[in-house]
Amino acid sequence: MPESSELRMVVCIKQVPKAEQLKIDPVKKTLVREGVESEINPSDLHALEMALQLKDKHGGSLLALSMGPPRFIQALETAIGMGADEGILLSDRALGGSDTLPTSHALSKAVEHLGDFDIIFCGEETTDSSTGHVGPGMAANLDLPQLTYVVEVEVRDGHVRAKRAVEDGFEVWETTLPLVITVNHGCNHPREPTLLGKIKARTIGIIDDVNADDVGLDKEKIGLSGSPTVVDKIETVELPDRSGRIYSGEAREAVTKLLDDLEAEGII
Amino acid sequence: MDRFDVIVIGAGPAGSSAAYSLAKEGFSVLLIERGKFPGSKNVFGGRIYTYPLKRLFPEDWREAPIERYVVQENISMLSGDTAVTVQYDSLRTGSSRVNSFTAIRLKFDKWLAKRAGEVGAMVITGTRVDDLLVSNGTVFGVRAGGDEVKANVIIAADGVASIFAQKAGIRPELIPKEISVGVKETIKLTKKRIEDRFNVGEKEGVANAYIGQVTNFLRGGGFLYTNKDSVSLGVVVQSEDLSSHRTEIQELMERFKLHPSIQKYIEGGKVVEYSAHMIPELGTRMIPRPYANGFLAVGDAAGFVLSHGYTYRGVDLAILSGMAAAETVKAARAVNDYSAGSLSRYLHDLRSHGVLSELEEFGRTPSFLGNPRIYSAYPQLLCGILNRMYTVDGGKKEKMFHIAKEEMKGKISLMQLMKDLLGGTRSM
Ligand SMILES: Cc1cc2nc3c(=O)[nH]c(=O)nc-3n(C[C@H](O)[C@H](O)[C@H](O)COP(=O)(O)OP(=O)(O)OC[C@H]3O[C@@H](n4cnc5c(N)ncnc54)[C@H](O)[C@@H]3O)c2cc1C
Ligand SMILES: Cc1cc2nc3c(=O)[nH]c(=O)nc-3n(C[C@H](O)[C@H](O)[C@H](O)COP(=O)(O)OP(=O)(O)OC[C@H]3O[C@@H](n4cnc5c(N)ncnc54)[C@H](O)[C@@H]3O)c2cc1C
Repeated sequence: MPESSELRMVVCIKQVPKAEQLKIDPVKKTLVREGVESEINPSDLHALEMALQLKDKHGGSLLALSMGPPRFIQALETAIGMGADEGILLSDRALGGSDTLPTSHALSKAVEHLGDFDIIFCGEETTDSSTGHVGPGMAANLDLPQLTYVVEVEVRDGHVRAKRAVEDGFEVWETTLPLVITVNHGCNHPREPTLLGKIKARTIGIIDDVNADDVGLDKEKIGLSGSPTVVDKIETVELPDRSGRIYSGEAREAVTKLLDDLEAEGII
Repeated sequence: MDRFDVIVIGAGPAGSSAAYSLAKEGFSVLLIERGKFPGSKNVFGGRIYTYPLKRLFPEDWREAPIERYVVQENISMLSGDTAVTVQYDSLRTGSSRVNSFTAIRLKFDKWLAKRAGEVGAMVITGTRVDDLLVSNGTVFGVRAGGDEVKANVIIAADGVASIFAQKAGIRPELIPKEISVGVKETIKLTKKRIEDRFNVGEKEGVANAYIGQVTNFLRGGGFLYTNKDSVSLGVVVQSEDLSSHRTEIQELMERFKLHPSIQKYIEGGKVVEYSAHMIPELGTRMIPRPYANGFLAVGDAAGFVLSHGYTYRGVDLAILSGMAAAETVKAARAVNDYSAGSLSRYLHDLRSHGVLSELEEFGRTPSFLGNPRIYSAYPQLLCGILNRMYTVDGGKKEKMFHIAKEEMKGKISLMQLMKDLLGGTRSM
C-alpha cells in the first residue's frame, strides 16, 4: 500500500565522456567527444537512484529524458535497465552548439510537452562542463520551486522534505509539489541495470524521434544562435612533475626528514 | 519479456554464430555476454581460418575485421640462440582461396555479435549469467542476479572454463592435466615496420610457430601473428609441466621476447596489451555428449579445440559448432521436442558441419604431441646438427651422418627416433 499517492517523475540525464578519458582537442580547444568511451553523468545516476527509491516506495512513473545525439540512446537504455519506465531522446541538429541557456530552455519545453510531473530531477552538475546551470534554469523556465544539492528526500501529502548539502553541513527544507530537485554527487549507491530491465529497454525501445518542432522550440532560441556564451579562451594546465620521493624507515625519523626537506626547499 | 525460444550464454564466436543462425531462421534469441561488450575479455593467438566464415556469411565474409591474410607460415625450432625454420609460402591475398587471416578478438567478436543483432537476436552485454534453471533434469532457463528468463533451449557458449556444461552434468570439472596455460602480448609497431620486417604486402601477414627453447623444452610452444600495425606474441605451456618444473609462464614469455629470432621483429615496439587464458589440453578434449534436456554446449564449452605446440584452432570449430547447434534446434522445433533424445541429433549436425571429423582426425595426435621429445630432444638435435654443419672455422668438416650420431648422444636413441617418426607420420 503506497504511503501517499503515486508520483509522476522525470529524470534528466546526460551522457558524458568517461572522466578518466577526458581529452581536449589541442587545436580546437574543445572537448573530444567522439571515439571516447562514455557514461551517464555520475550525479545523474544518483538522481536516477533517488527517483527509483521514491518510485519503489510510492509507486508511480519515471521517465528518463535526455537531449543530445542518437548515441545518447545508450544512456537511456541503461536508465530503463535500472527501472525507469520510458526513455525519451530530444534530438535535433538545430540543438547543436547549445550552451546552458538553450539546453535549459529545450529541456523545459520537452518536459511541458511530455505532461505533468510532480518532481523533475537533475544531477547537481555534469563532469564535462560542470556549470550546474541546467536544473535551476529549468526551475526558472517552468516557474517551479527548486531544491539543489539534495542528499535525501521524503514525500508526504503533497509536500516534500529534503536534506541538502551546503558548504559547512546540511540544511533541511520543505516545499510543495511540483518542484525541481538537483541531486548531490555521491549521496546514494546507484543500482546496476538488471537483466529483465535490459530486456525491457530493448523490447520497448527508446522514443528517439522527438525533435525541436515537436516540443515547440523556436529555432532562434536554440543552438549556436541562442547561446550567449562566447568561449574566449581555454587553457589546459599541465601538472607539474612530482619528485616522487619515498621516505621509509621508522615513522618518527621519516617524518622529521620530510619536514626538514620541505623546509629546506622553502615549501613550509 | 521473460521467455525466448533460445538463450545463448556467451558472445564469443560460438555463441554469436549460434545466435545469428537461429535469429535468421526467425527464432527469438537472447544472447547474454558478461563482458562490457563482446570480445572485451577474450584472448586468443591471432589466426582464424576462413572456411566457416565463408559458410556463415557467403556474401560478405570479407567485411569481417580482418587484420592481414596469412600468406606465409613458419615453424621454428629454437635451441639456445639458434633456430631452424621451415617456411611455407601460401597463396597471395588476391586469391579467393586464402586460407586464414589474423584478427583482433576485441573487434572480431564485436562484429560477429553485431551481425547476430542485425538479424534480430537480442544482444545483452554487461550481464553475467549465474545459474541454470533446472527442473527434473531439464534445463529451462537462466538466472542472472535476481532475474530469471526462460527458453526452450539454453546454449552454453561460455568458453573453456564452462560452468554451465558442468552444471548441466555433461562435463566433469577441468583438471590441470587437461589444460594448458597461455599468455599473450600485443606489441604495437607501425604498419610500415610490419611490412618491412616480415617482407609482406599491404594486407598480407605471417603466422609463426615456435617450439623448443621457447617453453624451455616443456610441452607447448610459442606463436607470433602479424596484425595491421602490431604483432600478437604468446606462449602456451602444458600446465602440469609448468608446475612439475616450477616454471613461471611469464618468465618464459620474457625470455622468448629476448630470443634473437623474436627480437628482430619486435624491437622498438610497445606492449599495449597483456592477457592470460586457459586452453584445453593438447589435442582434443571434446565431451562425448554435448547435449542434455533443453541444453546444448558449443565451442570451447564443449571442448571443440585443436591445439598443439605449433598450432591452435578453436574459433573455426566454435563457429561451425554454433551453426550445427542452430540446425539441431531447428529440427527440434519442427517436432516440438527439446529433450536430450531429440537434441542428440546434434552429433549428426556436428558431423555434417565437419566439426567431429576434424576432431576425430586429430584424435590420434595427442599421444604423439604428448611426447615430450617433440618439444625437447628434437629441437636441440636439429639446431645442433645444423649448427655444426654451417660452422666453418677452418677445422675438418665431418660427414652429416657423423654429426647426427654425435648430436643424438645422450638425447635420444636411434630406436626412439624411428618409433617417434613412425608414430608422427601415422597421426598426421
Ligand atoms: C565554456 C563552454 C563551452 C561550451 N561549448 C559547447 C559547444 O560548443 N557545443 C556543445 O555542444 N556544448 C558546449 N558546451 C556544453 C554545453 O553548454 C553544456 O553541456 C550544456 O549546456 C549543459 O550544461 P552542463 O553540462 O554544464 O550541465 P549542468 O548544468 O552542469 O548539468 C546539470 C544537470 O542538468 C541535466 N542536463 C544537463 N545537460 C543535459 C542534457 N543535454 N540532457 C538532459 N539533461 C541534461 C543533468 O541532469 C545534469 O546533471 C560548452 C560548455 C562550456 C562551459
Ligand atoms: C593463448 C591462446 C591462443 C589461441 N590461439 C588461437 C588461434 O590463433 N586461432 C584459433 O582459432 N583459436 C585460438 N585459440 C582458441 C580460441 O581462443 C577458442 O577456441 C575460442 O575463443 C572459442 O570460442 P568460444 O566462443 O567457444 O569461447 P570464448 O571465445 O571463450 O567465448 C566465451 C564467451 O562467454 C562469455 N561468458 C563466459 N561466462 C559467462 C557467463 N557466466 N555469463 C555470460 N557470459 C559469459 C565470455 O565473456 C566470452 O565472451 C587460442 C586460445 C588461447 C588461450
